[in-house]
Amino acid sequence: MSAWSAPLAPPPESWHRRLTDVFVAHPALLLLLLLTPPMLWLGVVYLGSLFALLAQSFFSLDDFSGVIDRTPTLATWASLLAPANLDIVLRTVLMATAVTIAAALIAFPIAHYATFHAGPRLKALFYVGVMLPLWSSYLVRVYSWKLILAKEGILGWLFHAAGLGFVLDGVLNLPVIGGPSLSASYLGTFLVFLYVWLPFMVLPIQAALERVPASLIEASADLGAHPRTTFRTVILPLALPGVVAGSIFTFSLTLGDFIIPQIVGGSQLYLGQAVYMHQGTAGNIPLAAAFSVVPVVIMAVYLAIAKRLGAFDAL
Amino acid sequence: MGVAGRPAPPRSVGNPSTMSMELPVLSLSPLAASPPAAQAERLAVAVRLNGVTRRFGPITALDGIDLDIEEGEFFAMLGPSGSGKTTCLRLIAGFDQPTSGHIEIFGETAEGLPPYRRAVNTVFQDYALFPHMSVGENVAYGLKVRGLGRPDRERAAREALALVRLEGYELRRPSQLSGGQRQRVALARALVLHPRVLLLDEPLGALDLKLREEMQVELKALQRRLGLTFVFVTHDQGEALSMADRVAVFAEGRLLQVGAPEEVYERPRTRFVADFVGSSNILPADMAGPLLGERREASLRPERIKLIADAAEAPAGWHVIEAKVIDVLYQGASRRVMAATETGLELAVSDAGHGPRPTPGSRCVLAFAPAALHPLEAA
Repeated sequence: MSAWSAPLAPPPESWHRRLTDVFVAHPALLLLLLLTPPMLWLGVVYLGSLFALLAQSFFSLDDFSGVIDRTPTLATWASLLAPANLDIVLRTVLMATAVTIAAALIAFPIAHYATFHAGPRLKALFYVGVMLPLWSSYLVRVYSWKLILAKEGILGWLFHAAGLGFVLDGVLNLPVIGGPSLSASYLGTFLVFLYVWLPFMVLPIQAALERVPASLIEASADLGAHPRTTFRTVILPLALPGVVAGSIFTFSLTLGDFIIPQIVGGSQLYLGQAVYMHQGTAGNIPLAAAFSVVPVVIMAVYLAIAKRLGAFDAL
Repeated sequence: MGVAGRPAPPRSVGNPSTMSMELPVLSLSPLAASPPAAQAERLAVAVRLNGVTRRFGPITALDGIDLDIEEGEFFAMLGPSGSGKTTCLRLIAGFDQPTSGHIEIFGETAEGLPPYRRAVNTVFQDYALFPHMSVGENVAYGLKVRGLGRPDRERAAREALALVRLEGYELRRPSQLSGGQRQRVALARALVLHPRVLLLDEPLGALDLKLREEMQVELKALQRRLGLTFVFVTHDQGEALSMADRVAVFAEGRLLQVGAPEEVYERPRTRFVADFVGSSNILPADMAGPLLGERREASLRPERIKLIADAAEAPAGWHVIEAKVIDVLYQGASRRVMAATETGLELAVSDAGHGPRPTPGSRCVLAFAPAALHPLEAA
């Protein structure tokens, strides 16, 4: 008994115990110390470079000398609206939209299955299946798709071997999405984009579905809702923030990518390629800057619309 | 749907506005059609379980349960966690299906039917309110999925919210409500559908003591007013005793005893029931045997024992046991004295707590009427 009431010796004093005392007494100081480096990074390096970019877009390139004229002007922005450039913007936005919608349509059932139906073992397999492609090099995957989609590629060979060559030819003969071969058509570019960015859609949707409490689904059934109705009125609205998060990934990644359309697809340019070309070969930094502001603006508009539609209400 | 304020007989569940919307639930007609004279007879069975067993792999969660829940009664399923009471409720609700056995709800076979085809509704332990809907939308949800028009369901939702004293909360979000208010919304959401049986899964578990006592009174009053069958699951024996018309005690997947609260409390069948429902002293067979006239274990409620200084003070005919005070716990309204007999058996005594506090270590005499000693069956 008496041994328990005898106090233990206090731990030895040291400089880090005293430092801890200071932090405990002044929590704001600790916060300041912890937050300053990341805030500097975010504020100066990240946002700073973004604003520098924005500023560049108000300069212009002297066509004769190839020298950048630093007097503020809207001329560069006006040239963005030239038909050739507007084409690039439109093409990219349409492609990104198509990729995003297709990714959501494919990802949702996969994520739904993994969340509500798969056992723990199958779920682990699902994670590996979704993540595995991300472990190998992006370039390798894109080049292997080129081989799959090329005229004498695996897919073409399979179609012909199965006697379905006419189906492939029919698809390739379609007006806009077709082309000489899958690897030189919009359809091919679309397929590769879809493949590469799909994991970025599956994972957020799955995370959102995992957060839907089982009792809500039971409550819906208890109140008389058929599983279809429950899906539409409970699961889908609650998973919507996940879909929006996924679409932010797939949409912005497609908007900015300049490698896939260069390797697979026709000769038409996409936003990323335009930025790459203008700042590199052409040395037209102002136009490149103007181009790269476009996805930022599009994403801002997209998020505003999503918020207006209530996509984040269930967060 | 005028349920509020009417001393509603069970018939009112099949009121005209409910009937007209083509409920995809079990038929409400047999009782609705019966003559008013039948109201007196309360023996209609609302839920019948017949040899219901539920196994999860090697674990038997419910083991051959036979149980009749009568229409209009407030029925409590009481047991510690893991006793199978919640599994039993889930089987009645339809969230789970029995491994074997038969479930009937108002005479119709229920096993195999999904929850949305049963005439029961559930109030969930975590309330399970839809976070993306307002309170009004939550309450109207069941009517909406039945295809009821907006004005009708909004009116019904308003009435149901009035029933639980939440008028004017339609536009709030569940996240803006307190725990007690969420509980009421969950209740209104189930009641708006006029279920013939309302299942409540630990409905008061998440509330603090004061609120819980309030809700106990309110739930009981609501049940009596609406004349519905309430089946509620709880691990709180006090709650079960004070609210229920009948209590079923579960342990390890088996149903140990069913009866009125007084019956379960006064005449527990087994040692487990005696111990779990209220607190009890268990006298071993060789001690209780001579007093009972047969060799059996017996339970002795602490409040039935009188603490006296001298065996001579004991009322005539009472049994007396010599003991020594070990500890005294002051509990406000009463006082709990722990005393040990010569054989080392510790007995709890609950007395009104007037008079001087017994000193630990002092000798005392425990006296009790022969009727206070209740023989137990071997478990």
